[in-house]
Amino acid sequence: MSNLLFEAFTYLTSNFDTFLALLREHIVLVLVAQVAATVVAVTAGILATRNERVKTWVLSGGNVSQTIPPLAVIALVFPFVGIGFNSAVLAMWVYALLPIITNTIAGIEEVPESTIRSAEGMGMTDWEILRKIQLPLAVPVIFAGIRTSTVMNVGTAYLAIFIGAGGLGDWVVTGIQLFNNPQILAGAIPGALLAISLDTVLGFVERSLDTQTTSGGGGAAADA
Amino acid sequence: MSQHAIEFENVRKSYGDTLALDGISFSVEPGTTTVLVGPSGCGKTTTMKLVNRLEDPTDGTVKFEGQDVQEVDKIDLRRSIGYVIQDIGLFDHMTVAENVATVPRLLDWDEERIDERVDELLELMDLPPAQYREDYPRELSGGQRQRVGVARALAADPDVMLMDEPFGALDPITRDNLQDEFLEIQEQINTTILFVTHDIDEALKMGDKIAIYDVGEVVQYDTPENILENPATEFVEDFIGQNRGLKKLQVLEVGHIMSTDGRIVGQSWADVRSTGSVPAEVATDESGTPAHVAADQSTETALSKLVESDGSKLPVVENGSVVGTVSVDQINDASSEPKEIVYE
Ligand SMILES: Nc1ncnc2c1ncn2[C@@H]1O[C@H](COP(=O)(O)OP(=O)(O)O)[C@@H](O)[C@H]1O
Ligand SMILES: [Mg+2]
Repeated sequence: MSNLLFEAFTYLTSNFDTFLALLREHIVLVLVAQVAATVVAVTAGILATRNERVKTWVLSGGNVSQTIPPLAVIALVFPFVGIGFNSAVLAMWVYALLPIITNTIAGIEEVPESTIRSAEGMGMTDWEILRKIQLPLAVPVIFAGIRTSTVMNVGTAYLAIFIGAGGLGDWVVTGIQLFNNPQILAGAIPGALLAISLDTVLGFVERSLDTQTTSGGGGAAADA
Repeated sequence: MSQHAIEFENVRKSYGDTLALDGISFSVEPGTTTVLVGPSGCGKTTTMKLVNRLEDPTDGTVKFEGQDVQEVDKIDLRRSIGYVIQDIGLFDHMTVAENVATVPRLLDWDEERIDERVDELLELMDLPPAQYREDYPRELSGGQRQRVGVARALAADPDVMLMDEPFGALDPITRDNLQDEFLEIQEQINTTILFVTHDIDEALKMGDKIAIYDVGEVVQYDTPENILENPATEFVEDFIGQNRGLKKLQVLEVGHIMSTDGRIVGQSWADVRSTGSVPAEVATDESGTPAHVAADQSTETALSKLVESDGSKLPVVENGSVVGTVSVDQINDASSEPKEIVYE
């Protein structure tokens, strides 16, 4: 086992330029899909909290997008956007939507009714309530959704190779075809490490966003 | 023309099939505290929401400073009215200072003025700014949070404050302290207050006027004294509950029942004490020094001082001079005898 790891490491270092290129492709795929998904999903989530009908559409759309396997999405979209980077990003984008949508809705709806009523009673417009109260309070929850879908998409991006969009999947798929175990691992392990480190870093950001509302002495402080 | 701060004219409000208010009419005078009291679900919160247009009446008119609120822009109206609710609704992602600054920011005050105002209000609410400005709401106790809620509502110096069970979620001791403090603050700020509670004792304590609600209706609107003296209906009598006599003592001020003749009346209190010319019947406290009350203290306080001493008369002191005396008999009469109390 440790021998195999060593061989994988040797494979990686001796093909380091290729590795960097594949890693870059992989990260760009995730990043582009994630940014696009965040923009659309947060917007859709906000709209969903404004209107029950919209919410039903958005949520069922989001649910469907999760149940279709990524490869099926690719099959559906490649006639329109072609094979390659675009359809890979599109498939990953579809796949990334739901966690962000549900968390945006949950984050906004979790804001206590009394907080909203106070804001309204003090003369904030709907837009001001959204921008100054609901969104800031929902940010940690929305961010948790972004984190979940980012980590998921690091995995999904391995499938990009099937439509010629590159990424670390290249080594995994080639390795499987050639029964080259060190190559498979040299492709798979960096992806796992990428997912873990993104999860850690984003988790750290998420907690720092949340400290304002959860840190401190709690409700136990004595009356002045 | 003396203008009412708030007027309700035959206001009806229904939510679908529920008739929440069935034609209420009363007016609130500027600078006074009017308490809406009644069992839960009788329409108090609804009445309040009609003032800042969180709800609109189904029928009838609500006027704010003489103008039909339906003709005023909702947002402007709300920014000119302070609003405090039981759950406080502090903004957890904002510091105490930012919370208090909410309405001034909406009104585009400059930052320097906002800072000064925030400090002033935190001082007023007994939350030293140096210590509390940068705290987040979660770091505060329930009583402190409620103080921040009141400070926030007062921030833009509103003419009218709406307070919906503001102290309802607090423990009795904290609630009592906040009530006392708020009564003091109200004397300084002189704002018109509409105050909701389901607690008759709180109503009697806080209100210049009290509106007693039965389902959707105001069954009596009067001063605490007159309500205790002449409950309009059996419902009101039941709602006031036990110990009406005792409650009267709590709301009745010494100044209204004291007798203003007597040897020491008109003299300076310091002189009376230092010359040793205190009559033998004057009450003393446990250390043996002559006791006294202020004219605006409750007859309950006076009675307690009298009971604790062996004297039969208690001097009433105002601005350093003796303005009258009260005795146990006078207090007794006032609390038991149904008699119309006249106020100037
Ligand atoms: N938004 C609403 N929708 C439907 N019914 C309501 C609504 N708000 C209040 N009600 C009803 O109106 C009545 C009066 O409510 P409310 O003014 O909140 O009473 P209170 O504050 O005295 O407890 C109650 O029967 C309540 O159920
Ligand atoms: Mg209520």
